[in-house]
Amino acid sequence: MKITQISVFLENRKGRLYEVCSLLGSNDINIRALTVAETESFGVLRIVVDKSDEAVKVLRDNGFTANFTDVVAVEVGDRPGGLAAILKVFAENEVNVEYMYGFVEKHSDKALLVFRFENPDLAQKILAKHSISIVTAQEIEGL
Amino acid sequence: MIWKEDVECASRAELRTLQSEYLKKLIPYIYHNCPVYQEKLKAAGVDPDSISSIDDIKRLPFTTKEDMRDNYPYGLFSAPQDQINEIHVSSGTTGNPTLVGYTREDLALWGDVMARTLCCAGAEPGDTIQIAYGYGLFTGGLGFHYGAIEMGLRVIPTSSGQTARQLKIMQDFKPRIIGCTPSYALYMAEEAKELGIDPRQGNWKIGIFGAEPWSNSMRQEIEDAWNMLATDVYGLSEIIGPGVAQECPHKDGLHIFSDVFFPEIIDPQTGDEVEPGQDGELVITTLTKQGIPLIRYRTRDIVSINYDVCQCGRTSPRISKIKGRTDDMIVVRGINVFPSQIEHVLVGIEGTQPHYQIVVDREAHKLDQVEVLVEVEPRFFSDEIKQLNELREKIRREIQAVLSVGVKVTLVEPKTIERSMGKSKRIVDKRTL
Repeated sequence: MKITQISVFLENRKGRLYEVCSLLGSNDINIRALTVAETESFGVLRIVVDKSDEAVKVLRDNGFTANFTDVVAVEVGDRPGGLAAILKVFAENEVNVEYMYGFVEKHSDKALLVFRFENPDLAQKILAKHSISIVTAQEIEGL
Repeated sequence: MIWKEDVECASRAELRTLQSEYLKKLIPYIYHNCPVYQEKLKAAGVDPDSISSIDDIKRLPFTTKEDMRDNYPYGLFSAPQDQINEIHVSSGTTGNPTLVGYTREDLALWGDVMARTLCCAGAEPGDTIQIAYGYGLFTGGLGFHYGAIEMGLRVIPTSSGQTARQLKIMQDFKPRIIGCTPSYALYMAEEAKELGIDPRQGNWKIGIFGAEPWSNSMRQEIEDAWNMLATDVYGLSEIIGPGVAQECPHKDGLHIFSDVFFPEIIDPQTGDEVEPGQDGELVITTLTKQGIPLIRYRTRDIVSINYDVCQCGRTSPRISKIKGRTDDMIVVRGINVFPSQIEHVLVGIEGTQPHYQIVVDREAHKLDQVEVLVEVEPRFFSDEIKQLNELREKIRREIQAVLSVGVKVTLVEPKTIERSMGKSKRIVDKRTL
């Protein structure tokens, strides 16, 4: 099952990231996972939050460009080689990862990772076939 | 020297007689040879045989850039195409470009007014000129070429670009005169220093600079950098190309060759003539052209005019440097840029028009830089940097193809482009001219 990531366009300007986080905070929206990709003139903030619809509305109302993106959150054993084991499955099945990042908090003894796949549906099938557990939207909200 | 002293130094009365004679011939010629103009003149209630003096020009209708575009390609020609000896094409706003055509007589006229231009700047028989204006469809290169040939100068047709070679040619053949855009003159000074050449020891002593707006402070900069006299040339392809007006070494306005290019300065709103010295739109009638003569062509350039006799002895009126435009066109490295061209590209890529802004700047190495800011909207925003970069590259490539000028495209957040009255400000010109 896919979860929703929010992608936000950011110019490389002082305080922009702060403004996004502060806006979400004052609207009681909690950030679960986060990464920033940057170029010389702009960046893209990618976040997973507890209330996605609200977050996008608040951001757009405040002049940000924000979109929904389907991603997959995967539980990985929090031990040496945990991530490698999963990436091996992707590599062998030709599942392309566009980008990935880790969760802010730990879920029991597992690490949580967010994957943006070129083909999320194919990725999910492969994950299911290999009994790799993925995290549901409900679980994200309850974190 | 003064190339055509009899007309360039004629008294006001003599000039008026000449202009009146020309206009009396011109209007019937156009009326009987150009159906589009015939309609225009009929609509304005003008009987072509009723023209008795140059004062009648006020009764004639204006011609605009739109008229040229709407009647593309041959609608405004008075001469049949088999009489046309050369054509030039300049980029249009959207859709049709502007086509101009020269008969053999027109080319002779061009050579004559450009010879006057070169002499007005201070060229003497025996001089060598390096022509670093672009040769080709742009009128700059060939216009200078014809004038220099007419005057009998030694011509080095380098065309634009290849700066190191321009500088080597300067050193090897020692031309006293250089023609190029003013920003290119400054750029070459920088490049010369890079190559270990002291521009103040350069061979160019007279520069004839035009095809883009520039100011007296930029003149000072060029003169200091090259230790030369920097003069301003004015022209536009619709009228003839370069050779409409030129500064003499007194640098107090550009002598407009009014015996053949009759100037009027009007209020762009009302169309009424303004007082000498007042700013207004320059309107030109080509009194002797055959191929595509134009009646009261609205240049959209804002200037003032001075009818006093100049210290150099020329009696032709002088127009000021261009003080502005009546439309939102900007000139970048000699090329006309209209916001509508960029709109066209963005609509083509995105389906609808995003907010954008064109920022023109002249920094560092002194060449004009064009940056296009495009606000990123949800409908074309992607979470992947790769796709955003592809989008930016696509916009850049397509704008560049349309404008023939290199641009930088920057993606910005929504609402970052300043709005005035709900519309964003399309052009920010940061150039200190």
